[in-house]
Amino acid sequence: MKILKIFLIIFLLMGFTQSKSDEKNVKLKYKILKNIRCLVCQGQSVHDSESDFASSIKLIVDKKIKEDTSEEQIYEFLIEKYGDWIIYDPKLNKNTYILWLLPILIFLLGGVIMYKKVLIKNNE
Amino acid sequence: MKNRFNLIIIFIFLSFCFIVLYKGLNNSNIYTPKIIDKKDIPVFKARDFDSNIFIASENIFEENNYYVVNIWASWCVPCRKEHPLLMKLSKNQSVKLIGLNYRDNLNNARKFIKELGNPYDQILIDNNGTLGVEFGAYGVPETFLIDKNKKIIKKFVGPINQEILEEIKLIIK
Repeated sequence: MKILKIFLIIFLLMGFTQSKSDEKNVKLKYKILKNIRCLVCQGQSVHDSESDFASSIKLIVDKKIKEDTSEEQIYEFLIEKYGDWIIYDPKLNKNTYILWLLPILIFLLGGVIMYKKVLIKNNE
Repeated sequence: MKNRFNLIIIFIFLSFCFIVLYKGLNNSNIYTPKIIDKKDIPVFKARDFDSNIFIASENIFEENNYYVVNIWASWCVPCRKEHPLLMKLSKNQSVKLIGLNYRDNLNNARKFIKELGNPYDQILIDNNGTLGVEFGAYGVPETFLIDKNKKIIKKFVGPINQEILEEIKLIIK
């Protein structure tokens, strides 16, 4: 009877761990698919698209998550096949310098203009 | 002096916006992945169209041979259009044609080949499109040219035409 109880507890714990891991994988899959652009219905994420291409990508992402491939590695795989454009949130590299740095430059330029204006006003 | 400085800033900003928007007008807003560097062919296992046996990519692509990988399907209308050109290319001894039957009904695919002829040295089945993704394809038809070092050197999106055929012939010559 005691052994049966121990087996029951182990079984329940295993089930709990499994469902936790499944939940984590579902969340990760959702996050990745939302961040991949569908190249057929451009403007839609793979998650939202019903195209053949999107369904193939969904299968690949699912397979890679099950193989314990990290999120970064999945993006790298897709970028290698289709280029940076496939990711909605592109990484900082030589092709995306302007994309990442221009808002900061504009922000700094605005700051300098405002600072100058305030300085002139105070001097007056 | 102050007004002049402001005018210069506004002028630079508007010129920048104009250049960006003008350049954007000339660019297509449909993104097509291009092959900039030579890429290695993917490592995969796929079912053979005729024998239904799984074959590894190492046993399909040999060194010192040019290969054309063509992704096709019986439901794809542009594939019918390019098929006569593939038949022409198949007569060239310097290249081997590999067909990738993409998300297709096998009976329809067999009818397609029976009706229009078989230009391929080998046909592989890609029933869920994942093999196409391994090659970097996103639709049908797409054609890849693989060099003697097993590198993908060219990618043609859409049906091949006479001009593309000549380009392929020039490379494999």
